Amino acid sequence: MNDVVLRVQDLAVHYTVYEGGLLRSRERTIRAVDGVSFDLRAGEALGIVGESGCGKSTLARAILGLIRPTRGRVLWLGENLTELDEEALRRKRRELQIVFQDPLASLNPRMTVGDIIAEPLWTFFPKIATVQVEERVRGMMKMVGLLPNQINRYPHEFSGGQCQRIGIARALVLNPRLIICDEPVSALDVSIQAQIINLLQDLQRKLNLSLIFIAHDLSVVKHISDRVMVMYLGRSMEVSQQEHLYRRPLHPYTNALVKAVPIPDPRLARAQHETGLTGDMPSPFNPPEGCVFHTRCPYTVKRCRIEVPALRRMENDDWVACHRAEDLDLSIGKQAKLA
Amino acid sequence: MELGDVKGRSPWEDAWHRLLKNRAAVTSAIIMGVMVVVVVLGPMLSPWEGDFTDWDHTFSPPSFATGHWFGTDAVGRDILVRTLEGGRISLLVGLVATLVSLAIGVTYGSVAGYYGGYTDRVMMRAVDIVYAMPFMFFVILLMVVFGRNIFLIFVAIGAINWLDMARIVRGQTLSLKNTEFVEAAQACGVQRRDIIVRHIVPNLLGVVIVYATLTIPQVILVESFLSFLGLGVQEPMSSWGALVNDGAQDLESAPWTLIFPALVLTVTLYCFNYIGDGLRDALDPKDRL
Repeated sequence: MNDVVLRVQDLAVHYTVYEGGLLRSRERTIRAVDGVSFDLRAGEALGIVGESGCGKSTLARAILGLIRPTRGRVLWLGENLTELDEEALRRKRRELQIVFQDPLASLNPRMTVGDIIAEPLWTFFPKIATVQVEERVRGMMKMVGLLPNQINRYPHEFSGGQCQRIGIARALVLNPRLIICDEPVSALDVSIQAQIINLLQDLQRKLNLSLIFIAHDLSVVKHISDRVMVMYLGRSMEVSQQEHLYRRPLHPYTNALVKAVPIPDPRLARAQHETGLTGDMPSPFNPPEGCVFHTRCPYTVKRCRIEVPALRRMENDDWVACHRAEDLDLSIGKQAKLA
Repeated sequence: MELGDVKGRSPWEDAWHRLLKNRAAVTSAIIMGVMVVVVVLGPMLSPWEGDFTDWDHTFSPPSFATGHWFGTDAVGRDILVRTLEGGRISLLVGLVATLVSLAIGVTYGSVAGYYGGYTDRVMMRAVDIVYAMPFMFFVILLMVVFGRNIFLIFVAIGAINWLDMARIVRGQTLSLKNTEFVEAAQACGVQRRDIIVRHIVPNLLGVVIVYATLTIPQVILVESFLSFLGLGVQEPMSSWGALVNDGAQDLESAPWTLIFPALVLTVTLYCFNYIGDGLRDALDPKDRL
């Protein structure tokens, strides 16, 4: 059971912003990610959801070392990536890859598809034969559902969905063990979204990849994830098995998110009419004391305003950061009466 | 169902096709092509040497009868041959100085921009310092110390021009550095040197090419200006600027000594500007970036 490949411990990324004029400049800190921890097993898919600006993308980049974290550890197969120097980290990149949000922007417009997919190969095997590279690239293109005869085309000659397939091929060409997908479908049409998600799911099973799938939409995450982490203001609110999370959320914020998913049935939708959330996310410059969610939470009590809830383990290996997790029954379908 | 490979069309090819549709730019390019051929081959075919003084025809107006199509100057030298030979120098200065500034500016700017932080600050501060030096003073100093020499003109002009290029390239690099495809390359473990060469430079080349095309006429003008002040090329060598200077002194008695070199110079400047404009439209950054 203990085949954890990635262990993230208390990871934090803070940005310092200078503002003000010539004489009185003020330093302010944004806590983009503030103490996130989770484990990821081999072959497991973890979904990360949360509103815009909650630190999902920053978290992804911090795990990959594209942003140096302020605090915390990223243990990849037992090795702490945050302590590696640049060159050692560069070598590790073979095993951890990323798929980006904007498919076209993530491809160099002046390179052919073949060169784009081959670049990681040339980087890690500079002496590899050209024939071998081409064979591998064509193989990858077939695997992600592109016609191999398009190898000499340029990114602008492809549609968004095809560009995302190119991005996936590039991420997979080195046989990585972990892929982080940073909102890979939010820039695509709904019909294409399903194709890309299915492709990722197939590849994940076929290649036994560990997957971190970031989205701002629970319904997208639902299909692909084994477990889901819910983030709010740079912190993780809940990490639960996918089926538990959708049936019985532990955290009031998760509950609000689940209820916000549109239901394509007007009668059911009416039955679930009341959705929890009002107001905006507080400024990350100035997060609330205590539980960061207490300003919008319908179940806030005095303790929530004072004490920061720790992420603690509930039954079935589900984790939640809420003082009232035990007294609230947020099962979908029932009304939570304890408010 | 293996199909033959489909040929892609690169952004460069797209730009090329757009450029070919621009009539002003194409016409200018043709004129410049002809100009270069004539300037290079013309003096060899002419019956006159550039420094030959035809004492029978001093200040002779343009005439086919005398064989001096553009006329002669005060000491009977053929204006046509001198204009062509001057063109060699002017175009050479324009081209070499631009290439030098291109090479230094692109390397310097992209490294400063991509590495950022302390490296960037030191490198760009150095640019600011050189920039603050008065150009004319710099040139006069060089001339005084090393004597008048055509290579010094290359050095002097090149040394000033790469500064602008470096600033432009740095700015472009800063915006390219944060694009997702550069981040993707970083995530793939591509080394910094390769990121600059493969991802940064090809994507800022469009802007750089346009700027370089507009730099050539600027350099030619600067050289003309130096020659006009008497700091440029030395007799018997000549350049368009030097010829215009000579011509201006005899303007009232022999206007042709001014008109022909000035005309050729103006046409050249116009052509380069049209080519630059055409390239800018063809390589339009709104296309991507």
